[in-house]
Amino acid sequence: MRKFALTAIAAAFALTAFANASKASEGVVPPEMDWSWKGLFGTYDRAQLQRGFQVFKNVCASCHSMRYLAFRNLEGIGFNDDQVKAIAAEYDIEDGPNDDGEMFTRSGKPADHFPSPFPNAKAAAAANGGATPPDLSLMAKARAHGPDYIHALLTGYEEEAPAGVEMAEGKHYNHYFPGHQISMPPPLYGDDVEYTDGTEASIDQEVQDVTAFLNWIAEPELEARKAMGMKVLLFLLVLTAMLYAVKRKIWAKIEH
Amino acid sequence: MSAPVWNNKVVKWVDDRLPIISMVHHAAYEYPTPKNLSYMWNFGSLAGFILVTMILSGIFLVMNYTPHADMAFDSVERIMRDVNYGWLLRYLHVNGASMFFICVYIHIFRGLYYGSYKAPREVLWWIGILILLAMMATAFMGYVLPWGQMSFWGATVITNLFSAFPVIGDPLVTWLWGGFSIGNPTLNRFFSLHYLLPFVILGLVVLHVWALHAVRSNNPTGVEIKTPQDSIPFHPYYTIKDLFGMGVFLIIYLYFVFFAPNFFGEPDNYIMANPLSTPAHIVPEWYFLPFYAILRSIDFSFLGMPAKLLGVLAMFAAIIVLFVIPWLDTSKVRSSRFRPVYKWFFVLLIIDCFVLGYCGAKSPADPFMGLQGLQVITMGQLATLYYFLHFLVIMPVVGKMERPKPLPASISESVLKGGANA
Amino acid sequence: MSQTVQSSGDTPDENRRDFLTLATTAVGVVGTGMALWPFVDSMNPSKDVLALSSVEVNLSNIAVGQAIKVMWRGKPVFIRHRTEREIKEAEDVALNQLVDPETDDARVQKKEWLIVVGVCTHLGCIPMGTATGEPRGDFDGWYCPCHGSHYDSSGRIRKGPAPLNLHVPTYTFLTDTSVKIG
Repeated sequence: MRKFALTAIAAAFALTAFANASKASEGVVPPEMDWSWKGLFGTYDRAQLQRGFQVFKNVCASCHSMRYLAFRNLEGIGFNDDQVKAIAAEYDIEDGPNDDGEMFTRSGKPADHFPSPFPNAKAAAAANGGATPPDLSLMAKARAHGPDYIHALLTGYEEEAPAGVEMAEGKHYNHYFPGHQISMPPPLYGDDVEYTDGTEASIDQEVQDVTAFLNWIAEPELEARKAMGMKVLLFLLVLTAMLYAVKRKIWAKIEH
Repeated sequence: MSAPVWNNKVVKWVDDRLPIISMVHHAAYEYPTPKNLSYMWNFGSLAGFILVTMILSGIFLVMNYTPHADMAFDSVERIMRDVNYGWLLRYLHVNGASMFFICVYIHIFRGLYYGSYKAPREVLWWIGILILLAMMATAFMGYVLPWGQMSFWGATVITNLFSAFPVIGDPLVTWLWGGFSIGNPTLNRFFSLHYLLPFVILGLVVLHVWALHAVRSNNPTGVEIKTPQDSIPFHPYYTIKDLFGMGVFLIIYLYFVFFAPNFFGEPDNYIMANPLSTPAHIVPEWYFLPFYAILRSIDFSFLGMPAKLLGVLAMFAAIIVLFVIPWLDTSKVRSSRFRPVYKWFFVLLIIDCFVLGYCGAKSPADPFMGLQGLQVITMGQLATLYYFLHFLVIMPVVGKMERPKPLPASISESVLKGGANA
Repeated sequence: MSQTVQSSGDTPDENRRDFLTLATTAVGVVGTGMALWPFVDSMNPSKDVLALSSVEVNLSNIAVGQAIKVMWRGKPVFIRHRTEREIKEAEDVALNQLVDPETDDARVQKKEWLIVVGVCTHLGCIPMGTATGEPRGDFDGWYCPCHGSHYDSSGRIRKGPAPLNLHVPTYTFLTDTSVKIG
């Protein structure tokens, strides 16, 4: 048993080290932040998510789409039924064809998805100097270091490129962007929104809030997953201990 | 083995007409098993358990998956967000693939260490390699299905390997694709085969177990069962031991599923496939890395064969060589426990495989483990060289020259001596 | 040797083993059972399907005597703007003549609007009689062509193999000319 445990632990370590070593490590490593949803028991902060949503819809959403966000999902960040309906109704959604065969716009409903600012990727690229603003629904999972990277990127702009770096037309110097030349101008300056909960909208506050929101929309199942995981692992620990006891008993009379 | 007598009339009625109950009874109940199997012998049943988990979660995932280039990515996200427990099914499946390979690789190295491939277990060993090949094909095609960037570009790179073959190469690749690049027809056929192959694996597993029961389990001493004192019935001794192992395994597996579900994954696969842009750094899944390193390490042409073709041949040879090791191993002793010299070469082989894996993950021009002056590609070439040397030279030569330690007369004798020479 | 084995069955140690095995088996079986639930539940309607489970219908274009079909949860719903005669017929039927006795009052919210799920309660075909010119059966309602069930102007089964009246979905009138089904 001791040998087995040692082998298992050694194997786990070797594997983890191996898997970590084999991760692609491009670009500058962003500083590690202390997010509320980290760790075995981490959860989202609903107020923070709502503030992040405010930043997203007032700032990011003018260029970026969020195709996997349906208004009904906003119940997950603490809005009630009526609030969700009210938020959905603020947006115009194209629907149809109606009985006359025409497309028409109507106000949004909870089942609708968040409308994209551009009709298609080409239109988005054309309006943004040739660079398509990526969809943000999975951003926190689609970049190495996820939320840490988003946080670092949003705060990593430099007004002046370091000496000797030739900036291309329409690009902005960012310390954390691979290649450092990013098409997106600095999106947040502080006081870009007026928070409904009265929190002071400093740039750092805004960046943390919108990062939290982006992580939530990438992993909306996170809280349910961890809560279930705790119960499952506790159950398995008990069951495995019992199985071990039974095994000891059964093998007690066998010389092996 | 005499057929058991069934007291239950229904059981007897069925068994007289289709002796399936007797068969299972032989295989999973009274099967005489060496009494000295270590926990290294748990990984076969574990692999079988994951196969079942994979098939089950896969069947339920398919109920909500759409194999179309325009809809596959969205349908996977719908599974993650809207389908009840869809995230659980998907993360079970995704991490299950990694767990499957971990168990199977441990199982294979266990076989290598204890000489489980040696006569009379050659066919058992062959079927095992066929299972590994089928698993690799299944895993590769499954990785394409979410239609993310890594799916798309992984599929592009791997299918392009076949273009290395002279004359037939290009038509072969076009045929695999069903077009002039990876596209919707490719996704559809990969989906079809990804659903088919696990059942082929299941069939091979039945043959594997059948062959096992014909030749009996090997054991840490490598000495065959000689008297009834050497063996114990499979049930309850090994059923309970396997169940306990399964408990430990599930704790590890489900830890990843619930708390680090994307640990083995690449972030780029959460970006929808884009045929116009390749990710900056593409890597295969970890379980293919050693083979990928062997592929890449051939950067020279030889005998008029281009590097690309040689690389592909070397990669396939790395697995094909496993088929002939029952004859490459010239030692009279099975278990490395009694092989003082080969034992160390075996350790070297394991290190070699990890080095290959590391090299497969890094860019060829990177320094190896931060060592300036030693490029990943060079280290990969050395490691590839050792891999083949190990099987083609070291195995036959050491087997002839080494003087093994004295074997115990029987399994029971080694057990009674205790851990003295364990 | 065999005697020792025999007698050891009565020792407390042996009982503990039995209890332990039993308890472990029970825990294992319960765990397996619970593990199956996510698989089963994944086949239930997903959240996006549930979110689309109601429709709003504009009634202002339906003339008296006409009927329309709308899709609701993948099934047709019949909305009939009933004439005075149809309403009277539906109200005047004695309950003891009905296979599935229900008053017309209990089946409508506003007398002129009959809203029913357009699926025959026999084996799931869609009865005819919604579009003008289609056969409406012997009772001024609907006629199912599959096995000949006749429904009246309240959607109640009157003749044929169907066992129950056409199902009335939950609905609410948002305004006089707009209704939300589901």
